[in-house]
Amino acid sequence: MAILEKHKILEKNASLLLVFSFLVVTIGGLVEIAPLFYLENTIEEVEGVRPYSPMELEGRDIYVREGCYVCHSQMIRPMRDEVERYGHYSLAAESMYDHPFQWGSKRTGPDLARLGGRYSDDWHVQHLRNPQSVVPESVMPKYAFLENRMVDPEHIADKLRVHRAVGVPYTDEMIEAAVADFNAQIDPDGDYDALLERYPGAQVRNFDGSPGISEMDALIAYLQMLGTLVDFSTFEPDASR
Amino acid sequence: MSMDDKKPLPEDEVGTTGHSWDGIEELNNPLPRWWLWTFYGCIAFALIYAVLYPAVPLVSGATPGLLGYSTRAAVVEDIAEYESRNADLIAKLTEVPLEVDAIKADPALYNYAVQGGASVFNAYCVQCHGREGGGVQANGYPTLSDDDWLWGGTIEEIHYTVTNGIRNEDNPDARWSQMPAFGADELLSEEEISQVVQYVRRISGQEHDAALASAGETVFLDNCAACHMEDGTGDRYQGAPNLTDAIWLYGGDVETLTHTVTYARFGVMPTHAERLSEAERRAVAVYVHQLGGGE
Ligand code: HEC
Ligand code: HEC
Ligand code: HEC
Repeated sequence: MAILEKHKILEKNASLLLVFSFLVVTIGGLVEIAPLFYLENTIEEVEGVRPYSPMELEGRDIYVREGCYVCHSQMIRPMRDEVERYGHYSLAAESMYDHPFQWGSKRTGPDLARLGGRYSDDWHVQHLRNPQSVVPESVMPKYAFLENRMVDPEHIADKLRVHRAVGVPYTDEMIEAAVADFNAQIDPDGDYDALLERYPGAQVRNFDGSPGISEMDALIAYLQMLGTLVDFSTFEPDASR
Repeated sequence: MSMDDKKPLPEDEVGTTGHSWDGIEELNNPLPRWWLWTFYGCIAFALIYAVLYPAVPLVSGATPGLLGYSTRAAVVEDIAEYESRNADLIAKLTEVPLEVDAIKADPALYNYAVQGGASVFNAYCVQCHGREGGGVQANGYPTLSDDDWLWGGTIEEIHYTVTNGIRNEDNPDARWSQMPAFGADELLSEEEISQVVQYVRRISGQEHDAALASAGETVFLDNCAACHMEDGTGDRYQGAPNLTDAIWLYGGDVETLTHTVTYARFGVMPTHAERLSEAERRAVAVYVHQLGGGE
């Protein structure tokens, strides 16, 4: 075949081969990468989704640090058994501000995407201290040490800045108030109106029930907000997606 | 490269591609037929798939495909299909008066409620209340399979507890009450606390210090009877436990009792008003009711 004969020209000229190889890789790359530029358009707009409050963000980092994602997914797939077991299937928008996302790939334990409000703070403290004390069959490790590790919000504003650099819409005001917001979320007797204005739906409590802000507090603040931002009684997902 | 020949030819008849490097020549054997047809088949499949199903990413979405398939629509359909199989029972369960006799009068309905309730319980309640409602001792999660009820053990009361929860902030209708922290808020002295603890040990039929216990009786009548009743048998309107039996939510030893009276307790159960459908809440109430202690 004639075109195959022409191929010889390429095979015999190293520089030409290089140029054409690049051309092929470029086309492949474009097809894969170009849609990412329109990512904003492909994530449906969902009311209620907001960036993490400083306390929740700290908790999320502890979640990542402890490798909870190794055993837990945060992605309810649109399948009947999953929806009946865990709740409404996950929306892309719900992990829009996750860097990196926590979808996970393995479920040694249950999915946590709609965990918020499902258990009491007290239950989480007991469960993290010693999972077998509430669920005797559990193989989850103990995380009691989190209670004794206090969190210093010294770098929390920087954390917000880093997330802003990768596209999370933290405002200057949020970054400025990061430390104040961090402390406000744990103090139900204090003034937390500004926090709620910046982060609607944030829960303000002393999560672990003991004085001081421990990693336990931050982690539970994060766990208790998972999947709670979207109000599915009013939100109707676009069925064609 | 020739693809025309059907069978591999003996080496000397194959011919070469004409490539020759340092006298090493490339034979021109045809590809095996099965391989070729699988290859063509894959290409055809990909093309048909791309036309029928969502495939090609565009600026604000993907091409929808001729079949109009979407996983979201599929899951909604799937759930509706399973629900329609039990539509009669679900409708009946949602309407039936919340009384044992009314539900038991229809054996199919009762059976559906118990079985369905068991699956709801295993997904939403076991983590706190244990297998088959056996309770998680000493952690404040009550056993649901005995006849010792904090708030009430009729199907209707259980249904209310499940729907609204207890002492949670998410549901304004949650059951609510709060025992004062007698020690932490300095309502009682340490001495009075140790007296009333011994009194509680006495009325629950445990070993106790007789002198302290009789001093504790006045403390109890003055401070505790409003909720736990004069005889200590508790009050369901306030979810105040019966202190005269051997069933403890947190524990009946001196140390735990002292902690309870000093700092009080605040057992929280989440609301299930949105998490579960009305039929599911009713089913789980019927399930809990038949575990052993239903009233
Ligand atoms: C070795 C695997 C493993 C790791 C690591 C792990 N878990 Fe678990 N987790 C489990 C298993 C198994 C269960 C189910 C049994 C139970 O409830 O304890 C579970 C259950 C849970 C539940 C209850 C979920 C539900 O809906 O019942 C929560 C919350 C949870 N884990 C949080 C965490 C957090 C937070 C971390 C990290 C600090 C973590 N887990 C790390 C295995 C793991
Ligand atoms: C986060 C843990 C938690 C979960 C999940 C939970 N409960 Fe509870 N439940 C509690 C606690 C704690 C109490 C006792 C509260 C108190 O001290 O009054 C309670 C009390 C009850 C009572 C009242 C018992 C009585 O003696 O009056 C019933 C009934 C009950 N739960 C049923 C359920 C059912 C059914 C489910 C699942 C749909 C469920 N619970 C899920 C923690 C939980
Ligand atoms: C305002 C009402 C109220 C008053 C007053 C009150 N209690 Fe309670 N008590 C409760 C409630 C409600 C609970 C259950 C708490 C829970 O479930 O978290 C409880 C729980 C307890 C328990 C735990 C029982 C168990 O099974 O582990 C003990 C012990 C107790 N109270 C003793 C006392 C004593 C002693 C006093 C008086 C000094 C007192 N209470 C006064 C409402 C009250």
